[in-house]
Amino acid sequence: MASPLLDVRGLSVRFPTGSPVIDFGFHIEQGETVAVVGESGSGKSLTALAIMGLLPRRAAATGTIAFRGVDLLALPEKERRAIRGRQVAMVFQEPMTSLNPVMTVGRQIGEVLRRHEGLSSAAARARAIELLDLVRVADPHLRVDDYPHRLSGGMRQRVVIAIAVACRPSLLVADEPTTALDVTIQAQILDLLDRLRRDLAMALILITHDLGIVGQWADRVVVMYAGRKAEEASPHELLAHPVHPYTRGLLAASPRLSAGANYRQGPLEEIPGTIASAAGEPGCPFVPRCDLVQPSCRVAPPPLVELGGGRLVACPIAAVPEAVHAS
Amino acid sequence: MNRRRQMLKVVRRTLLQAVPTVLAILILNFALLKLAPGDAADVMAAESGAATEETMAMLRRQFGLDLPVLHQFLAYVGQIASFSLGFSPRYNLPVADLIGQRLPVTLLLMVSALTIALVIGIALGTAMALNVSRWPDRILSVVSLVFYSVPGFWIGLMLIVMFSVKFGWLPSGGSESIGAGLTGVDAVIDRLRHLILPASSLALFFIAIYARLMRAAILEVTAQDFVRTARAKGISEASVVLRHILRNALLPVTTLAGMHLGGILGGAVVVETVFSWPGLGRLAFESVLRRDFNVLLGVLLLSSLLVIIANMIVDLVQAWLDPRIELR
Repeated sequence: MASPLLDVRGLSVRFPTGSPVIDFGFHIEQGETVAVVGESGSGKSLTALAIMGLLPRRAAATGTIAFRGVDLLALPEKERRAIRGRQVAMVFQEPMTSLNPVMTVGRQIGEVLRRHEGLSSAAARARAIELLDLVRVADPHLRVDDYPHRLSGGMRQRVVIAIAVACRPSLLVADEPTTALDVTIQAQILDLLDRLRRDLAMALILITHDLGIVGQWADRVVVMYAGRKAEEASPHELLAHPVHPYTRGLLAASPRLSAGANYRQGPLEEIPGTIASAAGEPGCPFVPRCDLVQPSCRVAPPPLVELGGGRLVACPIAAVPEAVHAS
Repeated sequence: MNRRRQMLKVVRRTLLQAVPTVLAILILNFALLKLAPGDAADVMAAESGAATEETMAMLRRQFGLDLPVLHQFLAYVGQIASFSLGFSPRYNLPVADLIGQRLPVTLLLMVSALTIALVIGIALGTAMALNVSRWPDRILSVVSLVFYSVPGFWIGLMLIVMFSVKFGWLPSGGSESIGAGLTGVDAVIDRLRHLILPASSLALFFIAIYARLMRAAILEVTAQDFVRTARAKGISEASVVLRHILRNALLPVTTLAGMHLGGILGGAVVVETVFSWPGLGRLAFESVLRRDFNVLLGVLLLSSLLVIIANMIVDLVQAWLDPRIELR
């Protein structure tokens, strides 16, 4: 079996004050879309930054992040920079602040081309116009000389995407690319990312807290909780038969398509407590919010159990078939 | 092209708006000076040691000081309107000539001091911010605090003690070697040697301000999302700092430097006195002591024009640095 495009194993991110990512792992094949789902504070964004090598200075990452078989964490900074922006690129959450306010859009796109492909400034500008066209910005030859404050949030996110795909990366990390945008723009941006993934043969890591977009866009879903993997499955399996109590809670807390029913049947369910409530406890981080706690859960975090079909669950109830299909 | 036309518009509008401002400044200055006790005749009489009532009355009539204040003011405004700054009885010279002699050396001092302060301040602030809370940052923070809190005249005196008296490397005062008859490159070098000490002692305070402001601005900009976007491009750290962080961090420094360009004349008075620098600051100071109001009004008028022009330059520089600022 060929090694996957990206293989993250045993990744931990440590700060002086704590470890927001612990022993996390997943892999992604060429051209695949993997969604990483979890609430705020679950360690999704730090995982993305660790893949990019953009963690804050105080943070230390351990484990392996193998990209095409090369462990990125073991590479010196200079070689990581050569990969960053060229083979692995990232789209950020906040389009309003992700662009330099005193630099034209064209120069910001051109910068990455000049760095990695050694283009002259004229050639970089021409490519920037093509890229703006590729991400469906209207009038690209005019927009290329605009400063970011002239563009709307959706436009700016398209520019950020243009920067990310400028060098045809084989892996694109999108960290909540649509959270700051309104719903109609969200769908457009996700469509755009998916089209670019197909056209440029990229793999896409889609980090989100919105289960609603997972089913439509992802090939595989990884649910993260408090820095660990809680569950991994195909979106169909996950949405139809969630196993981990946290995944079930997340699904119960999501508004359904039949929006009217949400309000007729009373308020949405919620998961009691907060993600921080188990910090420093030895056992499963979800214990304080879980209604199916087993004695073993309090001793150590439950190991990942393979259920077949690539499905992984970090919960002892996964071994009980009735529990799996009870929902 | 469009940008240039907008810039011309800003210049024209600033100059037009300057007229009422300058008029208001004239009235205020004139009133303030008239409130000060004593006039030129009093000072002259005191200096001569034996003046009769008649001589003083004659002096006052000669200077026009015997007229009602309103008449004096109108006469002064009339003078200004015909682009004349009046006559200094003390120096027996037209005020415009006096100022014309003093202005170039003062401008030289001010501009070199501010340039030194900007270059070194920005460099120090950048060095501090890039090493934040490590030892270079801590040491430079202490140094800039010292620069900030030590008075300029004391620094000037200490520089003289060290570099002129102890080592004998640099002249202790004046703006050029008198009677040396230097020409060409020698004359320029001579002027520079005279400039170093006063310009540095005037600059130290501003170095401290710019370094601290630059440090804070860089730290703030570095935490912003677009810096992470820049890093995600895989460009070198030097490019991130130069292209993305510095230009954004320069904005607050230019604002402050513009305000200082107008206000530095006040600091120049002290430094010019310490280094016997024949500039406007000292001229103003001496005119206060001698109640030579024509000269003083001329200097004040000129410095207010300087402030107005400095503000306009800041507006233009900021619009150039930050495209979000629209020139209107």
